Amino acid sequence: MLLQIKNLHAGINGKEILRGVDLEVDKGEVHAIMGPNGTGKSTLASVIAGRETFEVTSGEILYQGKNLQKLSVEERAREGIFLGFQYPVEIPGVSITNFMRTAVNEIRKYKGLDPLPGGEFIKLMEERKKLVEITSNLTNRSVNEGFSGGEKKKNEIFQMAMLEPVLAILDETDSGLDIDALRIVANGVNKLRRADNAFLVITHYQRLLEYIVPDFVHVLFEGKIVKSGGKELAIELEDRGYDWIKQEQA
Amino acid sequence: MVDLFEANRQLVSSSDTACLAEIRDHAFAAFQKLGLPDTKQESWRHTDLRETLERGYDYHLSPLPEEDFQKVFRCNIPHLDTTIIGQLNGWHVSQDVPMMELGNGIIMGSLLEAKKKYPALIERYYGKAANDSIDALTALNTTFARDGVFIYIPSGIKSPKPVQLINVISHPENIFLQSRNLIVLGDHASLSLVHCDDSYNHQASFSNIVTEVFVGENAFLDHYKLQNLNNDSALISAVWFHLGKSAHLNSHYLSLNGGLIRNNIRLLFNGPHGNAFLYGLYLMDRNQQVDNQVFVDHAFPECTSTEVFKGILDESARGVFNGHVLVRKNSIKTDARQTNKNILLTDTARINSKPFLEIYNDDVKCSHGSTTGQLDNEALFYLRQRGIGEESARMLLMFAFADEIVEKIAIPQLRQRIEDMVKKRLQGELQICEQCILHCSTPDQPLEFTIDMSRI
Repeated sequence: MLLQIKNLHAGINGKEILRGVDLEVDKGEVHAIMGPNGTGKSTLASVIAGRETFEVTSGEILYQGKNLQKLSVEERAREGIFLGFQYPVEIPGVSITNFMRTAVNEIRKYKGLDPLPGGEFIKLMEERKKLVEITSNLTNRSVNEGFSGGEKKKNEIFQMAMLEPVLAILDETDSGLDIDALRIVANGVNKLRRADNAFLVITHYQRLLEYIVPDFVHVLFEGKIVKSGGKELAIELEDRGYDWIKQEQA
Repeated sequence: MVDLFEANRQLVSSSDTACLAEIRDHAFAAFQKLGLPDTKQESWRHTDLRETLERGYDYHLSPLPEEDFQKVFRCNIPHLDTTIIGQLNGWHVSQDVPMMELGNGIIMGSLLEAKKKYPALIERYYGKAANDSIDALTALNTTFARDGVFIYIPSGIKSPKPVQLINVISHPENIFLQSRNLIVLGDHASLSLVHCDDSYNHQASFSNIVTEVFVGENAFLDHYKLQNLNNDSALISAVWFHLGKSAHLNSHYLSLNGGLIRNNIRLLFNGPHGNAFLYGLYLMDRNQQVDNQVFVDHAFPECTSTEVFKGILDESARGVFNGHVLVRKNSIKTDARQTNKNILLTDTARINSKPFLEIYNDDVKCSHGSTTGQLDNEALFYLRQRGIGEESARMLLMFAFADEIVEKIAIPQLRQRIEDMVKKRLQGELQICEQCILHCSTPDQPLEFTIDMSRI
């Protein structure tokens, strides 16, 4: 099993947000996490990535058999965990090229590999840019600075393509995207789907799942996964909303 | 100081023309009236000179024997072709060539020598930009200064190479030096000037340096000040800029190391349509202090001034930014911008930032802003989530912050060099090595000036 989350409780500033999450993700699978606003979807993503502002109070996360809580944010990333941000940060002065070269080489160093030669890096970048239909000048700009919402999300998928994670968590990547950008982002993800990696797609709407077809759909509600099913669950949620889930829980 | 001057008046004034001697006497009177600055004065509120001044210093009112510093010129220039003018402990290093006269009328060399050789030219400019009656330390400099560097670019002439003015402090005892530089660009002239202040050993020093800069009509000056001194150094640098009609100035203040650095930047638009960019970057740690005082006088209409000063302060470092833009009554269509941004890496680092606009007409575009904060935690998390280690991520963010200033350096070789130095500085590598601050890799290298000047 790639990822095993067992009875995970976590929160921020003493306020509990995740109240016993259980989830298993295996390689080759795409899981969608859905649910109303404020139920802990982004918290779950942050906790897996290791954001220090959140505190895990009980339960555990095993990733490739390792207890993730012992690893720092960057170690988790180097082990193959990628988080596509809902709100990517603007970093003035750091070019995407420089950023990606640093990231790629730090990950290689962790794995005991030599830095990627400049020529090969450029080649890799050109190739991955095509995957998300990025024009060449975007990568010379500072990370996310002055990017439109669509450009920011495309840039997230581009970074994912560069780093080739084992487990990619996409936190509401579809929010704020028009239909063309959504299609480009989804195509990028589909091209990267392989038997040896997995995706955790967090979304509020079913729309994205028309393009990225999940193997499993889970509903997160009040800090717990309360319902799981196949892709048809997403369609049912789109038709009926979340009220019936709330009523079932009550 | 007063006694020192009175006892040595004859020696100090020995190369002065009557006119220059009069300027000196006026400055002496002004200094006596003003006295040394103290923290009761607004512009000195955050910088206290007392402790620094109480250290004992050697004063050298005549040039030191030249044999001692022939080594200064043992530098080769593989990448950047510049004309080098050297100063050691405030005295021009002549090497038997006190003045260089290039065929196109460019004059460069010792100010002491220039007073004898070109008295009319010197008298035309000397003391005309610097105002002794409002600045005690400038008055003190005018009182004592004998030598320094004189650069003259005649009208219509473009200096074929950048000029590097290198002031090295290297003296076996604590030293107090007061040199004076005079830079004159005629109308339509052009010059790139890299002005370095470096110390070469760990001895304490107090430098009170005044530079007057005249940029003629439609002339262009690309000016760099690179300050890299030891932790027991105090550098008070006053630069008085006079910009003629449609003159253009780019000035870059890069303070990388030093016990106390105070930049007193005073810019006067002396004609309409002038344009000035003033950039500053300061990276300080330990108990270092940096104090940037920037005064821009929009005395004529339709001039543009842009100030961007950025600093990273670590440990117990202290910084001051005092920006003052004065827009006079008739200076319509003035465009003046002031920005000061700081990152404080610790709870004990401090900055006092005061951007200030004083405007006496309505037809202007002015803005000012000051921000002070820590490194952006969200950005740190973002970088780390991509596998970049925390230290590297911090470095990347700090460098990106500094790079807004570094990238403005127009000379590519210099930009590359400063980029390297800023990176080294942020990684704490520059400070391990103060004997040869710029280039060496071990702290106990022999005292030889083998710095690759071209890449400073």
